[in-house]
Amino acid sequence: MSLRVTGATARRLLRQLRRDPRTVALLLVVPPLLITLLKYVFEGQPATFERVGGPIVGLFPFVTMFLVTSIAMLRERTTGTLERLMSLPLAKLDLLAGYGLAFALVAAVQATITATVAFGLLGVDSLGPLWLVIAIASANAVLGMALGLFLSAFAQTEFQAVQFMPAFIFPQILLAGLFVPREDMAPALEAVSYVLPLTYAYDALARAIADELDARLALDLAVVSGCIVLSLVLGATTLRRRTA
Amino acid sequence: MTEPAVLIEGLEVRRGGRLVLPGITLPVGRGRVTGLLGPSGSGKTTLMRAIVGVQVVEAGVTTVLGLPAGAPELRRRVGYVTQAPSVYGDLTVEENLRYFAAVLGVDAGRVREAAEAVDLRDRLGQVVGTLSGGERSRISLATALLGEPELLVLDEPTVGLDPVLRRDLWTMFHALAADGITLLVSSHVMDEAERCDELVLLREGAVVAASTLRELRDRTGREDLEEAFLALAEESG
Repeated sequence: MSLRVTGATARRLLRQLRRDPRTVALLLVVPPLLITLLKYVFEGQPATFERVGGPIVGLFPFVTMFLVTSIAMLRERTTGTLERLMSLPLAKLDLLAGYGLAFALVAAVQATITATVAFGLLGVDSLGPLWLVIAIASANAVLGMALGLFLSAFAQTEFQAVQFMPAFIFPQILLAGLFVPREDMAPALEAVSYVLPLTYAYDALARAIADELDARLALDLAVVSGCIVLSLVLGATTLRRRTA
Repeated sequence: MTEPAVLIEGLEVRRGGRLVLPGITLPVGRGRVTGLLGPSGSGKTTLMRAIVGVQVVEAGVTTVLGLPAGAPELRRRVGYVTQAPSVYGDLTVEENLRYFAAVLGVDAGRVREAAEAVDLRDRLGQVVGTLSGGERSRISLATALLGEPELLVLDEPTVGLDPVLRRDLWTMFHALAADGITLLVSSHVMDEAERCDELVLLREGAVVAASTLRELRDRTGREDLEEAFLALAEESG
């Protein structure tokens, strides 16, 4: 593991992203626009918007970074750059940490803009500290990135990688307790929700926003961190020095 | 005689269920330009991948610079250029070279030297995706030169290049070899054999001949390499 290589990889990824200003604009503009849309969708039910608006700010980075990473990693595989990197003195961890660093940074910017719009302009209230909401949002981004990195190994084409979003991300959003409290779901689904990482990410956000800075929040964050590490380890096993 | 840079013994590789290399034994001499020639599908790329250590192999021992192929210590000492240019199309030439220089831990000053070596110095600021195919394979080659490797494995590095540039690259290959670097260069164009110190002719995963061009001509009695290849292929069945 080398700080030099990790840093160079993160800078390289950010440069690549900057060469694609349309993607950057979409990453930064779409989440605040969707939050705004949501506010007016729930015009007749302001209490619902109050409840879901805050956590959604912290879930956007999870979804976008999952997509961006799975496509970026798929490109590394299909263009042969991954094979080149694997034949160079680069530790797998350097590559993974470089991805994490670059996309956590982008996520922090994205979360800050979205949070500013939601909490500043749209009247969503956070009782807890805003920095904590943004920090959890960035952690969610790293979780999304780690999952994307791992799952991209199972996609042969960009079409498949994009379809992984409805397949792996939507169910987690539905079961996380955002729309319906988990105890109101069919018991089997509630049981499933306990093993999905987004459940804990959502719970952490909801608690941070409600200013419930308690042991449950600490547990949520520990589970999210554990899932990040697990996904990265699984992701590392898909980076092969030798291929058939 | 010094030990060979690469020694392959009984190498077997299966790809997609097919035995692509059914047991090759081959030494590659140090400080020489060895040409790996053969038609497309003869196993050139697979053999090169095995030497670089990125190929899953079935059996056999491949020793590179005294170490088992793919050993972590070799990642700094072996340069590999794949047939399809493996560089980032959305970065400039300089950004690509700088990134790989950082990964290799070499001085950023090497970036200009490597770009100079492949005649891309005036393209440093250009985004790779906007370069021609030939320029893209040259930047891929420049990337491999960054780390000053002891062994360079180049998969069809001169395909589609203009003749002047091709000549310049071969001159560079020989200059590198004169500095003690070992080069293994593949090609499916037989006329490039003239430029190699040693030749390895590959057909259907088997070494048909491994010698100098002169020895090959003497042995087959054919001046034209294409015909010599045919004669050897028929001889070996």
